[in-house]
Amino acid sequence: MAYKIVASQCTVCGACEFECPNAAISMKRGMYVIEAAKCTECEGHFDKPQCVAVCPVENTCIPA
Amino acid sequence: MQKLLQLQDFGGPGAKTLDEVRREAAQGGCSSTGGSGKASCGSGAGQGDLSPEVWDKVKNHPCYSEQAHHHFARMHVAVAPACNIQCNYCNRKYDCANESRPGVVSEKLTPEQAARKVLTVASTIPQMTVLGVAGPGDPLANPGKTFKTFELVAETAPDIKLCLSTNGLTLPDHVDRIQAMNVDHVTITINMVDPEIGAKIYPWIFYNHRRIEGVEASRILSERQLLGLEMLTARGILVKVNSVMIPGVNDKHLVEVNRAVKSRGAFLHNIMPLISEPEHGTVFGLTGQRGPTAQELKALQDACEGEMNMMRHCRQCRADAVGLLGEDRSAEFSTDKVMEMEVEYDLEARQAYQAKVEQEREVIARAKQAELAKLADETSAIKIQVAVATKGGGRVNEHFGHAHEFQIYEVSTTGAKFIGHRRVDLYCEGGYASADGVEPIIRALNDCSAVLVAKIGVCPKDSLEGAGIEAVETYAFEFIEKSVIAYFKDYLERVGKSEIRHVVRGDADIRQGAFIET
Repeated sequence: MAYKIVASQCTVCGACEFECPNAAISMKRGMYVIEAAKCTECEGHFDKPQCVAVCPVENTCIPA
Repeated sequence: MQKLLQLQDFGGPGAKTLDEVRREAAQGGCSSTGGSGKASCGSGAGQGDLSPEVWDKVKNHPCYSEQAHHHFARMHVAVAPACNIQCNYCNRKYDCANESRPGVVSEKLTPEQAARKVLTVASTIPQMTVLGVAGPGDPLANPGKTFKTFELVAETAPDIKLCLSTNGLTLPDHVDRIQAMNVDHVTITINMVDPEIGAKIYPWIFYNHRRIEGVEASRILSERQLLGLEMLTARGILVKVNSVMIPGVNDKHLVEVNRAVKSRGAFLHNIMPLISEPEHGTVFGLTGQRGPTAQELKALQDACEGEMNMMRHCRQCRADAVGLLGEDRSAEFSTDKVMEMEVEYDLEARQAYQAKVEQEREVIARAKQAELAKLADETSAIKIQVAVATKGGGRVNEHFGHAHEFQIYEVSTTGAKFIGHRRVDLYCEGGYASADGVEPIIRALNDCSAVLVAKIGVCPKDSLEGAGIEAVETYAFEFIEKSVIAYFKDYLERVGKSEIRHVVRGDADIRQGAFIET
């Protein structure tokens, strides 16, 4: 039950970091990563995972 | 939850429903009812038709004053990479194609790095008067970084004007902070006031924690943009509106947009051509949506000009551009270099430069008036366009082969008016003509009768002449507008003596694609 970021797609804009309700997304060595242990796929917070909804590149934030 | 409530509150003081907004848009006209303080209709970026307070705010701002852009430089710092809407002319993998030219990945900066860069540039370039945050995403989708940058710069370089450029979606939430930080120039990109048209430009927005698509997305975006505009102008903050002209999508509609923003007190309208090369990978690029030609763009700008000031000197620069408009010195100020450079912020030297520009401007204005007086007896209906090679300072001072762009003036017996610029690839590369030759430049200048240069080689001069464009060195290092008027007078005389025949010129290309400094 977690999402991941496809590094080759990511533009490193950081929009997902602002929106994540669990603070599960952070910058690691110049790339954003989702900490699986913290990710709830936004269940209980929002209808859709926020990282997916805000990401400007399709198929970048996907189920791990 | 508090954030959610705040976002859902469309209102704030003076909130309007969409219908009210639409009705007002339909009423807007030249005699503004908004009490915006805009002194009069008409063109020109000179002091002429601006109130003293407004002139004082814009006279050293290259993006708000056509006159100022000959003398003053701006810089953008790329502290705001995140965005909250998707535009069909933008591919975020290559930065936004229209608000910052694509092709080169920007170096993203922290607010601290950005503040250091601003100080370094201001120490090196005394004519740098303006700091803007323009992306590469949306400054107000990154409010923490954007305002922290402004705060740091205001502490160390209080004379630098702060401005930002936004899509407007979250603008109403930040107006108080914008005012508190003394940001007195804000640009909103407004491409439509009709959500049906908006749906063809914006596939989605991210709002209230939801991705919203279709007409609904544009309805919300438009409402937020116009509300933000009203809130800013009510606080006396100058607002420029940028619109991307997309032929067949919003080109005719932009006249209505112009009325809508004018009636809400926008100070300046900047209609820019769509950039849509397929290799940028934007939706418009991939679907073959074309950009406007030079004369299509001019016709739309002319149609809107009766309503309000039009900006025609926009270079659609990158979100990390540094320098005079039309030049980009950003490579000199990479983070590595900035950290090594010595910073000596000399406020006095900067003010001295600005005072000198003030004097020079008066001299330029007088020269123009004197030249114009010589045209007083002319009654000809002829109107021509003249291209000028310049590297700044308001003079004809660039070699044809070294010009990255040409400035275009329209001239008639009523005077000379700046109507735009044309970006070109360098003709001269290391002393040799470029492989493409002079042809692309001729296509870019095809609506002009002449090009005024500091110097030009025999070969390109002949090629231009073959295409009906006269290359003129007579006005080398003279003031631009004075020279354009003097050339026109000479042109009329020669037409009168039948030495030359007046020819109505055709259309010209607007250069597409990334600009690479060589």
